[in-house]
This record gives sequence, C-alpha cells and structure tokens, in this order.
Amino acid sequence: MSLYGVMAEFGGAEALLAAAREAHESGYGDIEAYSPFPIEGLPEATGFRRNWIPAIVLAGGLAGGIGGYLMQWYSAVLSYPINSGGKPPHSWPEFIPVTFELTVLVAAIAGVVGMLALNGLPRLYHPVFNVREFDLASRNRFFLCLRHADAQCARDFLRGLEPLGIWDVPV
Amino acid sequence: MADVAAPLRRWSYASVSDKIADIVLARRASWPWVVAFLISMIGTVAFVGAIGWLFLRGIGIWGVNIPTAWGFAIANFVWWIGIGHAGTFISAILLLLRQTWRTSINRFAEAMTLFAAGIAGIFPILHLGRPWFFYWLVPYPNVMELWPQWRSALVWDIFAISTYLIVSLLFWYIGLVPDLATLRDRAGTRARQVVYGLLALGWRGEARHWARFETVYLLLAGLATPLVVSVHSVVSLDFAIAIVPGYHSTVFPPYFVAGALFSGFAMVLTLAIPLRHFFRLHDFITDRHLENAAKILLACGWIVAYGYFIETFTAFYSGDEFEIAMVKDRLLGFYGPVYWTVLACNIVVPQILWWRAARRSAWTLLAVSLVVNLGMWLERVMIVVQSMHHDFMPSAWGNFIPTVWDWITFFGSIAFFAFLFLLFVRALPAISIFEMRELVLEEKKS
Repeated sequence: MSLYGVMAEFGGAEALLAAAREAHESGYGDIEAYSPFPIEGLPEATGFRRNWIPAIVLAGGLAGGIGGYLMQWYSAVLSYPINSGGKPPHSWPEFIPVTFELTVLVAAIAGVVGMLALNGLPRLYHPVFNVREFDLASRNRFFLCLRHADAQCARDFLRGLEPLGIWDVPV
Repeated sequence: MADVAAPLRRWSYASVSDKIADIVLARRASWPWVVAFLISMIGTVAFVGAIGWLFLRGIGIWGVNIPTAWGFAIANFVWWIGIGHAGTFISAILLLLRQTWRTSINRFAEAMTLFAAGIAGIFPILHLGRPWFFYWLVPYPNVMELWPQWRSALVWDIFAISTYLIVSLLFWYIGLVPDLATLRDRAGTRARQVVYGLLALGWRGEARHWARFETVYLLLAGLATPLVVSVHSVVSLDFAIAIVPGYHSTVFPPYFVAGALFSGFAMVLTLAIPLRHFFRLHDFITDRHLENAAKILLACGWIVAYGYFIETFTAFYSGDEFEIAMVKDRLLGFYGPVYWTVLACNIVVPQILWWRAARRSAWTLLAVSLVVNLGMWLERVMIVVQSMHHDFMPSAWGNFIPTVWDWITFFGSIAFFAFLFLLFVRALPAISIFEMRELVLEEKKS
C-alpha cells in the first residue's frame, strides 16, 4: 500500500509549532501542518516562503481601476459621445465613482479566486480525510503530516515528539 | 479589551466549537423560533405577492405621483442599504483596528449586511416603470449600441450597490469556510455532511492555506473599509446631484453615512439582544459588546443631529427662498409631524445612553434600538418625500399618501429580512468559531 504520508496528532498549538520546526530542522522537506485556527509562525515552519495574495489583489485592483476608467473614456469620448449639461465628453471627475467601485470589485474577486486557486480549493477529496481522527482538525486537535519520507524513519521521528497518536495516511 | 474575553476563560477549543456548532447541528427548533419563522414567512409571502401585483399593475398601485415621484420604495432602499453599513464597519474597520471584541458579533453583523443590502437592491428595481429593463444600467454589448450615462448618479448607484453586495458576500463566505468545515466534520447525518462538505470547498486547515486565507481576509477588510464610506455617499449623490430644494446639499454624503451607521448599529442591537437571549450566548456576546455598540450609537446620533442642524441652518444662511420655504414646510407643513417624530426618535431618546445603567440594560438598549430604527426610516421618508412635495412652483406642490400596497411592501421587506435571518441562525454558525478558538488561545496565554 502506498502512503500519502505519516501523520501525528497533537493537543495544542505550541506543540504543533515546535514539532513542525523540529521536523523542518531535521531535514524533512515536505511538511504539512493542520490546525483549527491560524497559528503565527506555522506556515514559515513548514517552509512557506512567498505569499502571492497581495500581488494578486494589487493586480486585480489595477486592472479593475484602469480598465474601468478606459471603458468609460472609450464609451463617452469615442463610441457614444453625447452632450450632457454642456460637459466635455471626457468629464473625468464624473468617471471617478465607477472607477473606484470597479477597482474594489475586481481586487476583491481576484483576491478570493487567487486564494482558492493557490490553495488548490475546492478539492472535496483529499487523502488526509482518510484518517478518522482528522475530523478533529477542525475542532481542537493539531496534525503534522510528513510526506515523501521513509515511512519507518518518519514514524520513529514523530514518536520522539510525544504526540497523542501516529497514523499512516493512505493515498 | 481583556474583560470582554474574560468569560472565555471557562471555555476550551472543543467546548467553544461544540457550543456554536451545536446551535445549528443539535439544538431542536424552539417554539419562539418556530412562531417567529411562521410569522416572517407569512410576511414574506405578502412581500412577494405585493411585488407580483406591482409587476402586473405598475407603480400606480403606490401613492407616488407627480411631483412626489419617489415614495416609499426609495426611502426603503436608502434605509436598508444604510442598515448594512454597521455590519461592514464591525467586520472590516474593527478588524483593521485589531478590536478583538468584534469577533463574536462580526459573523451575524455581516449576514445582516448581506440581507439588508440584498433587500435594498430590490427597491430601485421595483420603482422603475419598466423593471424588466433594469439591466440597461449595466454596460454590456447590445444591438442598440448604447452605453450607460456615466455622468448619472443612478449609474454610479448600481455600480456602488452591486460592488457592495458582491464584496460583502465574498467577505462573509470566505470567513465562513473554516467554520463550514467544522460543521462538515461534526455533522451527524449524511445529508448534512454532503451539504456542508460542498460549501466548505474541502477546507482542511493546512498552514499554507491559513496563511493565504488570513492575507486575503485582511485585504478584503481593507477593501471593504472605503465601501463603508463610499456606498452611502454615492446613494446620497442620487439626491445631492439634483437641484430639488432639500436634496441639493453638500452635507449629504457625510450626513447619510452617519445616519447609515446610526441605523445599522441600532439594527445590530435589535438582532444581537434576542439572539444572545434565545441561544444563551452571554459568554460570547457580553454586556461589554452591547455597551460598545451603544456608545457608537450615541456618537453617530450626534453626527446625525449635526446634519439636521446644518441642513436647516444652511437653508436660511443661503438666503435662497426656495430652500427657506422647503425648511418651513418641513417644520410646520403637511409632513411636520414626521419631522418632529424624527427628532424625538433620533436625538432625544438616544440621550438615555449617557447613563451607564441604560447601556448595561439589554432590554433598554433593545427599546432604544427599535426607536432609532423607526426614527431613521421616518428620516429617509422625510428626505425623499417631503423635499419633492414642496419644490419651486406652488402649482406643482402635492402630497404623497402611502397606499396599503406601500405599507405591505415595506412591512413585507422587514418580514423577508427576519425570514432570512432566522434561517441563517439555524443553518450557519452565527458566531465565527475559528476566531473564537483564537480568542481562547489568547486568553490561555494571558
């Protein structure tokens, strides 16, 4: 039976953080840590380096704002110029509200879609769900999963961290 | 804010998760909920019926006329969209200011925002003479080769409202995803596992996922923050851009935003107090939460009072005879009693909140919040209707008298709001579970 990885269960956020750091220092390259709430420092301890979300949101905002303004300019100046109250066709102060709204809208949508895409969600099936105890990962338990390592070595290593339990995660 | 989280000392990750999740999963519907749900459902049916009759017969079934072409529909729109603002204020601005006490009230306040803004969005469409053409306000490729008029406040309005709705929905749903995963993992029946499982998108709480989640949540808060100010400013421009006396005023954007927060926080109290009473959430929604909301209510009330004062002052200071005539009519004319009721509800009654005992009494706060809700609705009616009924030419003056259909549509919209909210508290966690776990951790550390 091929394994997705070896998983250990912990009772607290501090224990998981310490375990993740130790695994990282011991040379385990592919570490996944699961917790019922975000824990400061944990992503870095599992080797998380570059967070692309701010760049994606910025790109979305720029696209929405610039695109929105150009749309109004094109329609009011080139495609369908009409005289409204004697204002010039390119009456930019009145293009601001829609430009602003589209900046916010596209930035927000880009951020959410980007977050889901980078996280690989939605993904309804995942091997870690095969571990029965993993149901508690969304309640009060904390899990560390070591991947792409020799299973026996990983089990021995995890046992040294004094977890509440150790499981093999089938693929 | 330590004393807000203090009751949490009794709670653990497990018990706080179970308590909130079990309101949805395990608790049987209580009879007050069933009664309230049935009443709101009847009201919702009436709302849908009134809209159906409107679509069949046209807006002549309402009391609107010329000169008063804008009646209850627009007043309801302004009122409902304003109520949403407090939810965004709580979830976005208080998050950025790191006010952790907001954690236990942000989820249902966001739901309130979503439902209120959604209902608000219905009304401008209802009041169109030809509602089936409402999408003409949106730029889309069309065979008429027409574009929306970008210099029109009404076009700004549809962009502001739809952006607000979509961003509020994203913010609310993304915040819900980890809690939906909790419900999925805890659900007892297959059907619930499937439904919550689909909604949770397969969330499993991996550290890198949390990192991206937290970043996008914070950035959405940052993006929603200017919306608190901008949405009702744009709504107020629907009026301020016009030359009608009573509409044409530069104080309108801040005055509308303050009124929005005022009515919104009143609605937060109206919802929070019964919610915590019936579901026994006193450890999560503490007296301190209610007191903080009451203080914001009091502060917003004074900004609104300033708005009333400066509007009247500016009318006389301008020397414009149409403005002065409009203000005199507002104080003493056909709709005079509405104006004085507005002052009583929005300025006089909230002053009781200066007393600590009043701020600490949930039932006093509930009563005040209901009075403010009423006062703010009357204010919106006053601005919309009274200004129009008395503009420049005496020959063009006329009164708007609401018909039974106006009232059914208004009360029906309240029933629909209650219907959605009652469904929400039974189907989704009304308090953010994962953020409560973070508070439990902080409380343990301290």
